[in-house]
Amino acid sequence: MHKSAATARQMGLITCHDCHLMIPEEQFQGHPHCPRCGAHLHQRKPNSLTRTWALVWTAIILIIPANFLPMTITTTLGAKQGDTIMSGVIYFMQTGSWEIASVIFIASIFVPFCKLLLLIFLLISVQFKSSWRPKDRTALYRLTELVGRWSMVDIYVVTILVALVKLGAVASIEAGPAAVYFAAVVVTTMFAAESFDPRLIWDVIEEKI
Amino acid sequence: MIFHRIQQLLRKPNAATPQPVPLEGSPLASGLALHIGSHTVIACHDCDLLNRLPEGATTTLLCARCGAVLYQYKPNSIDRALALTLAALILFILSNCFPFLAMKSGGFIQETTLLTGIHELWKQELYGLAFLVLLTCVLVPLLQMLGLLYILAPLKLGLRPAVQAARVLRLVQEVAPWGMMEVFMMGILVALVKLGHMATIIPGISVFSFGALIFIMAAAFSNLDPALLWDRLDLRRYA
Repeated sequence: MHKSAATARQMGLITCHDCHLMIPEEQFQGHPHCPRCGAHLHQRKPNSLTRTWALVWTAIILIIPANFLPMTITTTLGAKQGDTIMSGVIYFMQTGSWEIASVIFIASIFVPFCKLLLLIFLLISVQFKSSWRPKDRTALYRLTELVGRWSMVDIYVVTILVALVKLGAVASIEAGPAAVYFAAVVVTTMFAAESFDPRLIWDVIEEKI
Repeated sequence: MIFHRIQQLLRKPNAATPQPVPLEGSPLASGLALHIGSHTVIACHDCDLLNRLPEGATTTLLCARCGAVLYQYKPNSIDRALALTLAALILFILSNCFPFLAMKSGGFIQETTLLTGIHELWKQELYGLAFLVLLTCVLVPLLQMLGLLYILAPLKLGLRPAVQAARVLRLVQEVAPWGMMEVFMMGILVALVKLGHMATIIPGISVFSFGALIFIMAAAFSNLDPALLWDRLDLRRYA
């Protein structure tokens, strides 16, 4: 499409990741800091694919206990009951609060799984040097960066419930082990999205031209 | 006037898409920014394409290849961002001083503020979780607000940029994904409905100040013009 267009790398320029200043490569041989904001300078994010894969695999492992262990442990008149994310969603669907059920389902199940699948798709497409719809893949990347944070909703709900519901033996809510795993999934996927460099999608296309 | 603003906001952003720079004309480094004639040249942060931006554009400019936002027109950005940051700081103090929810059940009232919620997690030995909530809902937003004040106040007063202001701006930008106040607000709403079945829930002052804070913070950041700030904070121009 833009065969005559040039990228900063082809011109021998490094763009600072933080302040977007462009610096000619030869000026900064042994001095890889941005003269304006002090950030480390590199042409592409270092080891982007390896880091992202490592973080994605970590998240895949963590998402299993996050979904099967209880998120909250409710004590009502001495009887303890553990609730996983999904059993919470089902409970709210059955009691008719479908809006709560859908918020929790989307934030805690749909978004994390979609985010992982999207990252895997982006990683594989870059590794196999795909030139399929680069603009849409870049848009998908922006989407994964944007929606990941909303998975934290359930963690905050647990925080609030734990703080509010403590009526001694009558009723109390404790955070279950899944809360920790789930928080770890959110954090690792956020780091994974951050370590992926969308410019890799376009580098492949330039090599082919 | 307001109608005009809304119209401006609704206008298709790619009204004036900048032209990609052709390979043959090599950009010249002038020390501060790259220029070809009167155009500024910047590299797209998402696909690395060099784009030349028309001078003094009053629209949003998108990357010619991948559609990333390269430039947004932000008039009076320093004044507006500073005013909104100050407002946000006041709301932030309110939000942390008052309870956001109170639960009433059988003559027993249980109140909770943001910090007592975190303290409760800590007492249950969920240290990591407690720290994560503290970080995302208290420390990061506070750091962002103080950082912006530190950067913007000297610029507004016409002084030289504060010591290490460029590093502070970098920090403010880097921690941005970890500030999750709006997600916390969603959590409050879900908890409100969830507990509404069991007991009477009274929303506190903090819910309202927190709700306002989210919009004010979002407005402060959308009025911030990073390109202008980086230019003003560049110490090489004062050397």
